[in-house]
Amino acid sequence: MGRFIARRLLGMIPFIFLVSITVFLLIKLTPGDFVSNYAASLAASGETVDDSMLADMRTRYGLDQPVIVQYWDWISGVVKGDFGYSFQWQQPVVSLIGERIGLTLIMSVSTLFFTWAIALPIGVYSAVRRYSWGDYFFTMLGFLGLAIPGFLMALILMFVGVSVFHTDVGGLFSPEYANAPWSWERVVDLAKHLWVPMIILGTSGAASLIRIMRANLLDQLHQPYVDTARAKGLSEVTLLIRYPIRVALNPFVSTLGFVLPQLVSGSVIISIVLNLPTAGPLLLQALLGQDQYLAGAFLLLLCSLTVFGTLVSDILLALLDPRIRYQ
Amino acid sequence: MSEAAIAASPLATASEAQLTWLRFRRHRLAMFGLVVMLLLYGIAIFAEFVAPFSPDKSNARLVFHPPQAIHFIDDAPDGWHFRPFVYGYRLARDPKTLAAKYVLDGQRKNYLKFFAHGDSYDLWTLIPGNMHLIGPEDPAQPMFLLGGDRQGRDVLSRIIIGARASLSIGLLGVANSLLLGIIFGGLSGYLGGRVDWFIQRVIEFIISLPTIPIWLALAAALPKDMSPLTKYFCITLIISLIGWTELARVVRGRFLALRSESFVTAAWLDGCSRKRIIFRHMLPSLTSHIIASVTLAIPAMILAETALSFLGVGLQPPAISWGALLKEAQNVESIAAAPWLLLPGAAVAITVLALNFLGDGLRDAADPHAH
Repeated sequence: MGRFIARRLLGMIPFIFLVSITVFLLIKLTPGDFVSNYAASLAASGETVDDSMLADMRTRYGLDQPVIVQYWDWISGVVKGDFGYSFQWQQPVVSLIGERIGLTLIMSVSTLFFTWAIALPIGVYSAVRRYSWGDYFFTMLGFLGLAIPGFLMALILMFVGVSVFHTDVGGLFSPEYANAPWSWERVVDLAKHLWVPMIILGTSGAASLIRIMRANLLDQLHQPYVDTARAKGLSEVTLLIRYPIRVALNPFVSTLGFVLPQLVSGSVIISIVLNLPTAGPLLLQALLGQDQYLAGAFLLLLCSLTVFGTLVSDILLALLDPRIRYQ
Repeated sequence: MSEAAIAASPLATASEAQLTWLRFRRHRLAMFGLVVMLLLYGIAIFAEFVAPFSPDKSNARLVFHPPQAIHFIDDAPDGWHFRPFVYGYRLARDPKTLAAKYVLDGQRKNYLKFFAHGDSYDLWTLIPGNMHLIGPEDPAQPMFLLGGDRQGRDVLSRIIIGARASLSIGLLGVANSLLLGIIFGGLSGYLGGRVDWFIQRVIEFIISLPTIPIWLALAAALPKDMSPLTKYFCITLIISLIGWTELARVVRGRFLALRSESFVTAAWLDGCSRKRIIFRHMLPSLTSHIIASVTLAIPAMILAETALSFLGVGLQPPAISWGALLKEAQNVESIAAAPWLLLPGAAVAITVLALNFLGDGLRDAADPHAH
C-alpha cells in the first residue's frame, strides 16, 4: 500500500508540471500584457502615457523576455515557494493568495462532506422506497438542483436575505473579524457564514450523488445475496447497512475525483457573486488585468487541488475495495 | 399468444427506430421535455415575431416598470367580452420618502390584441415585418408582461430574443464537441494501443481541471474589441473545447463494447466487409446512445455560456443572451428594486430541466435491454 501511494504521488509530479505549462500558456494567450493594459487604463483616465516609462516597467517586471524565459523564472520560483510578484497589488503573490486558497479549500471540503451527509441518506431512502412520494419529491428536487445554476441560486438567496431577513448573506466573516488574526471567535464567525455558500455549492453535487447512490443501490437490492441474508433472518436495517450499502458506496468514493473539480469550479463563480474572500474574485480581476503571476498562481493551485482530489479518491478506493489491485 | 397473433402484432415487425420511439413515448416526463424543447426552439427561431416589442426599445419614463398580468375577460358595461387587456400603472411619489413608485390604476385598461402591429423588424435579417404574436392595440401604450429593466426595455422581449443566442450556443457547442468526441473517441476505440493510451491520458488531464477557472482564462484572453458575432463563435468554441471529453469517452466506450458483441461477431463470420459492419451493424446501435449523451451535454453548454456572460467575459451587451441579461441582476440593490430581472434565470432553469428529462428518456429508450 505504501508503495502504491508513493508511486501515485510521484506520478503527480509530471502531471502538475504539465498543468503549470498549460496554465502559463493560457495566460500568455491574451494579446498584450499587464503594461499595455495599464497604459490603456491610464489613457482612458486622461493621463499622458510615456513610452519610455512603459519600456522601463516591462524591463523591471521581466515582461520583455521571451515567454519561455518568463515561464522558467516563474516555475523555478514556484518550486521554492515563491509565486512571483503581483503587478496590480504591488505585493508578493504569496501574501495575497495564502488565506484565499485556504478558505477555498475549507469551503470546498466542508461542502463535500455536507453533500455526502445529505446525498447518502436520501439516496438510500429513494432506492429502498422506490416510486414512493418521498422518492418522487427528492428526484424532483434533485432535477431542480441540477437545473438552477449556482450563481442564480446565490442571487435568489441574496434577494431573500435582503427582502425577508434584512441581512446581507454575502461574505465569509462579520466586519469585525474580516481582517482580524485567526482566533477561536473568528473560526466560529466563519462557521456562521459558511452555510450559505455550502448550500448553494452543494445542491447540484448532492443532486447528482443522490441519483448515483439510488441507481447503485437499486442494482444491489435485487441480488441473490440480499435474499439469502433476509432468509437467514437478518433485520432489514442491519442487512441494508452491512451489505448493499457498502457495495454501493464504492462508486460514491470514486466520484470524489470529479466532484472536487466541480466544487472548486463552482466556488469561483459563487464567491464572485457573494463577494467571498476566496480565490474567485481575485482570480477574475487578475485575469482581466493580465496580472500574470497572480492569475497563474491561482490557476496552478486550483488545478493541483483537483488533481490531488483524484489521487485521494484513488487511494480511498484502493483501501475500501479489495478487488482493486495496486498495480 | 398464438403464432398468428404474434405475426399480426405490430411489435413483431417494428424496426429498431419504431421500438425506440415506442419506449420513449411511454416516458411521460421525457415527452414533456420534448414538447417544451420544441416550443422553446420554435420561439427562438421566430423570436422577433413572438416578442411583443423590439428588445432595444427603451423608455426613460418607464424604468423598472412592474410586471402586468393579462386579463382575458373584459367586464364591460354591456356584458362580458373576450378581450385581453392589462391594467395600467401610473407613477406616484411616496409622500414620506418622495421616492417614485408605480401604482396600479384599476380604471385604465390597455387593450391587447393578437397579431398586433408594432415595432418593425427583419426576421432573420431577411423578411421585414411588424406583426407580433401579441401586443397593445395602441402601439404607444406600454405593456410589460414580465416587467421592464433599468432602461425601460421589455424584459419578456429581451428573454425571447436572448433565447436565440443561448439555445443556439448549446446546439453549436455540442456539435463541435461531438465532432471532436467522435474523431478522438473513434480513433481511441478503433486504433487502441498507444494512441488509445495517449488520448485517454489527455482526456483524464482535461477532466481533472476545474472548468470555470479555465473557461475564465480562455474567455478573458479574447480581445475586447471583437465583433459580437466573432465573440459568439469564440465562446462556443471555448465551451466545446472542454466539453468534448465526456462525448469522446462515450463514443470510445460504446465502440469497445460493441466490438465484442455477438451480433458483430456474427456479421464478421458471415463475411461482411469492415465497412458494412461499421456502418450497417455498429453505427445504428451507436447513434441512439450518442443522441442521448448529446442531449444531456447541451444543458452543460447552456449553463457555461450563462455563467461566462454573467461574469462579464462571455457575450457582452449589445448582444443579448440569458447570461448577459442576468448580468443586470448582479447586485442586491437592483434585485431588490426589480426582482423580475432574475426571470432570465427561470428560462435557463426550464430549458436545462426539459433537456435533462428529454435526455434521460432518450437514454432509457435507447437501451434495448431495459424493461
